[in-house]
This record gives sequence, C-alpha cells and structure tokens, in this order.
Amino acid sequence: MIGFENVRKEYPGGTLAVEDFTLEIASHEAVALVGTSGSGKTTLMRMINRMVDPTSGRVTIDGEDVAGMNPVALRRSIGYVMQASGLLPHRTVLDNITTVPVLRGTSKTAARERARELMHIVGLDPALATRYPAQLSGGQQQRVGVARGLAADPNILLMDEPFGAVDPIVRDELQGELQRLQRELRKTIVFVTHDIDEAFRIGDRVVILRPGGRIAQVGTPQEILAAPADDFVASFVGADRGARTLHIERIEGRDVIVDADGRAAGVLSAAPARGGADEDRADGTSASTAGQEPPR
Amino acid sequence: MSWVLDNLDVIAGYTGAHLLQALPPIALAFVLSLPLAKLANSRGWLRTGVTTTSGLMYAIPSLPLFVLLPGLIGTGVRSPLNIIIALTLYALALMVPTASDGFRSVSRDVLGSATAQGFAPAARFWEVELPLAGPVLLGGVRVVAVSTISLVTVGGVLGVPSLGMLFVDGVRRGIVAEIGAGIVATAALALLTDALLVLLGRALMPWHHRRREERP
Repeated sequence: MIGFENVRKEYPGGTLAVEDFTLEIASHEAVALVGTSGSGKTTLMRMINRMVDPTSGRVTIDGEDVAGMNPVALRRSIGYVMQASGLLPHRTVLDNITTVPVLRGTSKTAARERARELMHIVGLDPALATRYPAQLSGGQQQRVGVARGLAADPNILLMDEPFGAVDPIVRDELQGELQRLQRELRKTIVFVTHDIDEAFRIGDRVVILRPGGRIAQVGTPQEILAAPADDFVASFVGADRGARTLHIERIEGRDVIVDADGRAAGVLSAAPARGGADEDRADGTSASTAGQEPPR
Repeated sequence: MSWVLDNLDVIAGYTGAHLLQALPPIALAFVLSLPLAKLANSRGWLRTGVTTTSGLMYAIPSLPLFVLLPGLIGTGVRSPLNIIIALTLYALALMVPTASDGFRSVSRDVLGSATAQGFAPAARFWEVELPLAGPVLLGGVRVVAVSTISLVTVGGVLGVPSLGMLFVDGVRRGIVAEIGAGIVATAALALLTDALLVLLGRALMPWHHRRREERP
C-alpha cells in the first residue's frame, strides 16, 4: 500500500510542482496518474522511490514514511520502468535485466538464469540476450525495460510513460502484454501517462490531474466515463468531443457501436466473452467492455 | 640509411627516453582531468573559467615554458621532470574541456534511470557515467597522446634526451638521415600509440562499435 498525505513539492525558485496531494493506493492495484505536462504526475511518482523528496507532507509504503528509509535500498526494492532511453546503453540486454538483482547481491549466475526466464515472460527472443540496447527495436527495448523492472521481483512497479516512444501498433501490443502480466503478477503499479486511453486500459483506478498535482477526479474508468466530475474531466476524457458518446446502430442484423461522428467503434456481442476480451476492444472505451473486465 | 643502421641503439635509447617523458603526462592528464571536469561541470561559471584558462594555457609557447619552469619549481634545466610537468599542463589544457564535454554527453535520462535502479552515487559514477563518457574521453586522450609525443621533441633543443635530439644533432652535424630518422621515429611512435588506444577503446567499449550493426 502506498500513501500520499498532504504532499507538497516546491522547487527552489518558487515553481510549485505539487500543491497538496492526498491519495491511497491499495496493494496489487494498478493506478494510472494522467495529466498534461506540468500536472506533477512524474514528480508524484518519483516521490515514492525518493528520486524527489516532498517539501512537506508524507509518502508512505505500508504505513512507513519513505523519508526514513535509505534511498538506495528503497530504489532497489521498487521496480522502475521508463522510456527506452533509460536502458544502460553500454550493457547487454541480459546485463541490463540483471542490474538490480546484482546490485542487491544476487550471484551473477542466478540473476542471469532469472533474467532468461523474464525474457521469455515478456516475450523476448533469447537470441537477443547478448545484444546492446541500440541494436534492438523500440518495442524490444521496452520489453527489456519491463523485464528489468520485474527482475528483483518487487512489490511495487513504477512506470514513467514507458510506452511513450514506440509507435501505436507496438504500444497497443505492449499495453496488452502489461495487462496480461498484471493479471498474473498482481504488482502494485503506479503508471504515469499523458494518454487517457492508455490510463483507462492499464489503470484499475485512474487519477486525472490538473496542473500543480490537483486531483480533478479519481475513480475506475467506468466511474469517470459515467460521471465526469466537471468540464475539465469531460474534456480530458473526450466525452465532450463525442468520441466517448457511443450509440448502437443496427447494421446487417448486428448491433454496431457508433460514436457521435458516425464512426464505427465496435460490435456488440450477444454474450460478453470473458478472457481475450482485450483484443476485441476497439479503443478502450468502457461501453464495449463493461462487465468484461476479468476479476482482479 | 646506413646512418640509421649504424645508430639503431642510439635511436632505441632516445625512443625509450621519449616514451618515459610522454607517457606520464598522458596518464596524469587523463586521471586529473576527471575530477577537474566533474568539478567544472558542477557550476556554470566554473566551466566557463576552466575552458578559458585551458585555451590560454595552450597559448603559452612550449620552449619558453621549458626554460622558465626550472626557475619556478627548482629542478635542473635538463631534468626530464621539467618536460613531464610542462607537458602535463598542456595535456590538461586539452583534456579537461574534453572530459567536461564527455560527462555532459551522457544522457540525463540514463543517469536518472540508473539512480532509480538503485545505483549508489559512487557506483553510478564508475559503472555508468564514466563508461558512457568513454568514447569522448578516448577521443581526447588520442589527441593528447599524439600532441604530447610530438611536443617531447622540443626538449631536445635544451639537451633533454628524446627523439628530438636526432633533429638537433642532425641539423648541427648536417646528417639528413638523422633528421629523417627523428621525424619518422616520432611519427611512428605517435601513430603506434594512437592505434593502441583505438584497440584499447574497442576492447573496453564493445557497445560503442556494435551500435550500428545488425539493427532489425
């Protein structure tokens, strides 16, 4: 469990990154922090592993204030995934994945064995083990990043716009893989993104942030879509543009879901199928998926 | 040519003396440039100051410096120590700005990510920042090595033994082959050192060379 209690972050020079932020994140929950640049989302996430220390307020893990923990040890206990540029360019794929276990004192042999398993879990060809990051595609680099984040088997996984640098098709694939992994591993995930569709797809709960880390709304994707707290949220999730306002049209004997512009968004199936539902989702809207979310 | 064959032992002796004066400045400048560059990078005004000072240093002509230095530090006029100290100063003037650029070339994202993985500050420097600055540092060391090896010859004018003595002696005695031998030996030494540095770089930084190969 991660707790933010009246957290404030002011940088020297007077920039106010976070005004007064309070939130509790349950264990095994995936929470997406979403907002534009300047919303303080990355700052908030970095307070969890003490990359940033709050000016006032507390951040706790399982009730214990992180301010009292050794930052280096704390960081080794928390998985951290960022954009591809975060991989160590001078280390091979295998050595990147074993970074944290080796720092924690695991033997190189054991760490490498585990790294090969992880490569399999995240869908990486074993032949890539001896490559350097620059020799991989963007999608492969991201998978290495995820494998590295999981290598020390942390309870908490922090993900800082991890799929921001890859093309939409690969991003969609990686998001699907992350959902699959999370169903199996049930980590506590804090996922930072500026993409609301990604936030809805990854987050059990989504936190929509205004500038200065002010919470506009917290809730499940369904709750936010059903009842946007205000115009800011409605605009942010696209409800006002009609992209989220779907209706059913009967075409050739099937119920086709159509958005306000008349574009087809999906097909309504007679009985919601369980599992494999993710692939059927056209754009991550909850209209086509309500009731299909697997139990968490 | 026969002069060269008759005097191989002389050339070998000067080559050894030459290396003994050239290698310490190269190594010293490399090692000293790292903390100086880190220090310079920590403050904007310091970095400007260091870059300017380095430029001015290099503008000091070498012969007068070789002549003046014994008076300043109390060594003998013909002591190789003068040459070593003076050449270390020149090498630093080249190496510190390069090392400063080298450390600045390391991606801040990678450093931030290394911190987030749990590298302690010292480990982050040795295992991430220094190796990643490596390619730029190597470029600097190569320039320093060639320039230092060539500057050692100036000591020959003062009678400090080095391959430079071959020019001085050759000119005085009118032996063209001796002058040629001095030039060729100095150039060969510089090229050989440079080649060794390139090989060393390949061995230490395989990631830098495999970067552009077989990208899917």
